[in-house]
Amino acid sequence: MKSLIKKLVEAVGPSGYEGAVRDLVKAEVAKLADDVRVDALGNLIVRKGKQRSDGLRIMLSAHLDEIGLIVTHVDENGFVRFTSIGGVYPRTLFGGRVQFLNGAAGVIGGEKVDSADKVHALDKLFIDVGAANKADCPVKVGDLAIFERPMIDLGKRLVAKSMDDRVAVAVLIETLRKLENSPHEIYFVFSTQEEVGTRGATTAAYGIDPDLGLAVDVTATGDTPKGTRMAVKLGGGPAVKVRDAGMLSDPRVVRWMSDTAETAKIPYQLEVLEGGTTDARPIQLTRAGVPVGCLSIPCRYIHSPSEMVDYSDVQNSVRLLVALLSNPIHLK
Amino acid sequence: MTPKKAATSQSPKIGKAQIALLERLSNAVGVSGAEGEVRKIVMAEIKDLADDIKVDALGNVLAIKHARTEPALKVMLAAHMDEVGFMLVEGEDGLYEFETVGGIDARQLPGKPVLVGKDHLPGVIGAKPIHHTTADERRNVIPVDVLRIDVGNENGKKIHPGDRATFATRFQQIGPSLVGKALDNRLGVTTLIELLRHAPAHIELQAAFTVQEEVGLRGARVAAYALNPQLAIALDSTPAGDLPSWDGEESPRYNTKLDGGPAIYVADKGTLSDPRLIQHLLRTAETYGIPCQMRQPGGGGTDAGAIHKARAGVPVVSVSIPGRYAHTAALIARLDDWQHTLALIFHALQDLTPAILDTDRS
Repeated sequence: MKSLIKKLVEAVGPSGYEGAVRDLVKAEVAKLADDVRVDALGNLIVRKGKQRSDGLRIMLSAHLDEIGLIVTHVDENGFVRFTSIGGVYPRTLFGGRVQFLNGAAGVIGGEKVDSADKVHALDKLFIDVGAANKADCPVKVGDLAIFERPMIDLGKRLVAKSMDDRVAVAVLIETLRKLENSPHEIYFVFSTQEEVGTRGATTAAYGIDPDLGLAVDVTATGDTPKGTRMAVKLGGGPAVKVRDAGMLSDPRVVRWMSDTAETAKIPYQLEVLEGGTTDARPIQLTRAGVPVGCLSIPCRYIHSPSEMVDYSDVQNSVRLLVALLSNPIHLK
Repeated sequence: MTPKKAATSQSPKIGKAQIALLERLSNAVGVSGAEGEVRKIVMAEIKDLADDIKVDALGNVLAIKHARTEPALKVMLAAHMDEVGFMLVEGEDGLYEFETVGGIDARQLPGKPVLVGKDHLPGVIGAKPIHHTTADERRNVIPVDVLRIDVGNENGKKIHPGDRATFATRFQQIGPSLVGKALDNRLGVTTLIELLRHAPAHIELQAAFTVQEEVGLRGARVAAYALNPQLAIALDSTPAGDLPSWDGEESPRYNTKLDGGPAIYVADKGTLSDPRLIQHLLRTAETYGIPCQMRQPGGGGTDAGAIHKARAGVPVVSVSIPGRYAHTAALIARLDDWQHTLALIFHALQDLTPAILDTDRS
């Protein structure tokens, strides 16, 4: 699975421009699915199975997109001003390298700051693409870029840009591969534009009209020196989300997920996340409402160019999803 | 740039009649949630231009011009009728406390003449004059809650809490420029009326004159649900922040520039435009030699932000006419930018076929 993760995290797909990542996923799932389609917002919707009498229509969602940058201005000396696509922290930018969708590369520089401990505001930074003037600049207003950063394998742990949420994309692909017998009609949604406000899942959920929804995404941890207080740690197993800033999981879904993990002897942890939300929110709120939950993969340094996950958490996420989806579901 | 096809021969023109219509629409009062006066003008103008016209529960005007050939692409064009303004809260003796409706900068308000209520009663946003203020007071912004709309004792009896008010500016054409209140988005409304008049035969055209855009794209949300289009274009007005800087230095932030032509959106706060539609607009501009500009990606938003999330999703793009001093008593736009915007959308629709949706969104 590591080579699949590497391929996915090193692909280029900022919000709204997920085509290249979608093509990779399409190639992986083509032989495993009963139906594959792309909707108006670019979501890849992969159906597996037909609903049996004891089964449900289930929507699983992992987002394809990653945070990035977009060009706002090219000045007369060829320096590129930009703004963010999704939740980019300015403190992660200075000195970083970026790759544009058109293949151009650049490094992020900044205006002189008053003191060395000040962080550059977004509008004090620029991308230097090595151009001598405006005419020489290979990018223009409206072009997008992502953080250039290859994956590193630390053995137990993997580090890369866009682990959020490509690691979950890999988990869904593996789940699809391993799922042999299910009473359910399962829609594996590889969604778009999550980082700008869970937009892809909004329209995908409406189109699918599921009985039950599960987002698969990364979540923060509380296991680094003097970090956020949070009862989730790397290596503790997949996290069953109880709440985040935009969604309260259906308590019946939380119980079903926890009970299934206990029965299958898969380590898991309960997650209470104070900020952010996932695709589970728009699924819950679509049409007349849907019971939802979220399986989270613990991840350090989210929305930096070096997001870290534990490989056993990734494998246990696949095991838990397969266990959840293999049998009839009675929410109680 | 040398045009491959002549844009001039067949694209509709902005002439005296269109400017006169814009003048009536600009002078009409249609603050969000109370767009009736604008809607009345729109309904009268389009009654012979569409096959089916209705007003929905929120007050949107939804006008359909059927295609005359098959297969026809269902295209929604949206332009909002509402404008930013004020709502009266409470008062007596003709002095009314008020709230702002939509995004208005409090610094723009003191001393401005306004029109209040359905009868357009004249009033003024009053504040203490220079004679009675201290130097310290004059350095600070006067917050909206201490300002009052003053309509005088007699007319004060005719107005009520909940009445809307807006700037009293009267429309004028000054050489190449158009000056008026609410040109955001009566420019878009007038453009949409012209596009309905010149609807291409092969498109199922769904013209939505929307309400409550300035308070959160509320009208467009239900309009898109009802119309269920295959793709959509929002027509709007966007700020041009192209004033020269005091030290002559190049400004990296301007949003758009006057005389740059229609502004095409890639990304704003609410929408990432569909790249297929952006490319179609850029190709159209090149083919017909129509000047255009990319709006700087960033904040702000249009009806597209609500439309693209309707039902199972809609490919969208926004095109705006640039204007200086948006959301103040007077906006300045250029006649040429308006003409080029009309030409761009007209030709983009003429050359649009269902094949645009054959390839998946990139």
